[in-house]
Amino acid sequence: MTNWIDVCNASDIAAEDVLRFDKDGRTFALYRSPDSKYYATDGLCTHEHVHLADGLVMDHIIECPMHNGRFDYRTGEAKGAPVCVNLKTYPVKVEAGRVFIDAG
Amino acid sequence: MTTNPTTNRDYSLVGRDAEHALALGLANAKWYKCDVPRPVLKSLMQRTDGPAIRDTAIWIASFLATGGLAAYLYPGWWSVPFFLAYGVLYGSSTDSRWHECGHGTAFKTLWMNDAVYHVACFMIMREPTIWRWSHTRHHTDTIIVGRDPEIAIMRPTVILRVIGLFFAIPQTWGAIKKLVMHAGGKLDAEELTFVPEMERWRVFLVARIWIAIHLAVIALALYLGSWLPVLLVGPLPAMYGAWLHVLTGLTQHGGLAEDVLDHRLNSRTVLMNPVVRFLYWNMNYHVEHHMFPMVPYHALPKLHEAIKADLPPPAPSIFAAYREIIPAVLRQAREPGYHLTPKLPAHATPVAAE
Repeated sequence: MTNWIDVCNASDIAAEDVLRFDKDGRTFALYRSPDSKYYATDGLCTHEHVHLADGLVMDHIIECPMHNGRFDYRTGEAKGAPVCVNLKTYPVKVEAGRVFIDAG
Repeated sequence: MTTNPTTNRDYSLVGRDAEHALALGLANAKWYKCDVPRPVLKSLMQRTDGPAIRDTAIWIASFLATGGLAAYLYPGWWSVPFFLAYGVLYGSSTDSRWHECGHGTAFKTLWMNDAVYHVACFMIMREPTIWRWSHTRHHTDTIIVGRDPEIAIMRPTVILRVIGLFFAIPQTWGAIKKLVMHAGGKLDAEELTFVPEMERWRVFLVARIWIAIHLAVIALALYLGSWLPVLLVGPLPAMYGAWLHVLTGLTQHGGLAEDVLDHRLNSRTVLMNPVVRFLYWNMNYHVEHHMFPMVPYHALPKLHEAIKADLPPPAPSIFAAYREIIPAVLRQAREPGYHLTPKLPAHATPVAAE
């Protein structure tokens, strides 16, 4: 079942950056890649309770601000220690300048 | 300055204070952070290879020059100053290389971080997988008793042990014992708490490789009938060159509070000269590093400028730092609850928790 949530204006995130988004007690991270495509994942690192939106986006990698854990935010793949568990990803669409994520 | 009635702390990661830390919510807790605008922080976190390639080229050249001259002049007395300089590179500058490359921030290119990380780990005798994970815990639970595996001065202070640190005696003895244990395919109870199961095979493999290298160096020394190989590679240079990294390292948290969730209270920034900062890769900005660990070493002076209004004033020198650390650590030998409390600027954000 789809559950599209209106998150923000597409221009609210700079290219190669990330934005935190909280909804109904859940937290998400919304990314804009260097080529201005949008992606979304769970907002917390799978290693420890740290918000990824405080981290650094490098190309298609999000790096956790606490321990350098890195994920490919397009697929959620954990790229090595100290992160061992993949991130959950969510579908994203952009309509009329607004970004929506399907939180499922 | 504060006195805390708590005594007889249990620093084990599987002991009474580990349960105490969990019960009090001190584990995986929310820590105070200075307010830094996102664009500024993003700019400070940016990775680049340039500074670390430059510094590593100088570092390698220094190894070759000091080690080469020491070997050339050996066994004459004129080799001694070159061995002392080589030892500082081998046993002290590797501390910061291990540290920064372990964070993955020194270089932008991952394999460069990994390469320098593994070389530095070997030299300073810190097994790469164990120490990667122990340092992860050190950042999550900085100076939380029962949680942090990297508390250098435990209370009550054992003065002889602290003196021994400067010659890397307890570190090296502990490293050799653990290396043998890991080569045998075992981890101790504390390591089991922070090394994930899927990473453990790396520990065992590296331990076996390292033992093979150390044995090969000893065999070469025996074959040549010379101390030279073991003076250049292995535990000896890690010991005779350790003093500088201990001198700088003990300023990081020495004499400060345990079990607080504010790095301004349990970490110390010390202003140091450019030579030491090169060897130490700017880890003298230690409050800044703990608060924002993903800022590379070369950007820490800028981070310091960005947040210093919210921090205690830095110690103006190593000497000044030890003027407060030594009396505090000596007092902690008989009064374990005592600790220093850094004074925040009047307009700084108040302490988060103590």
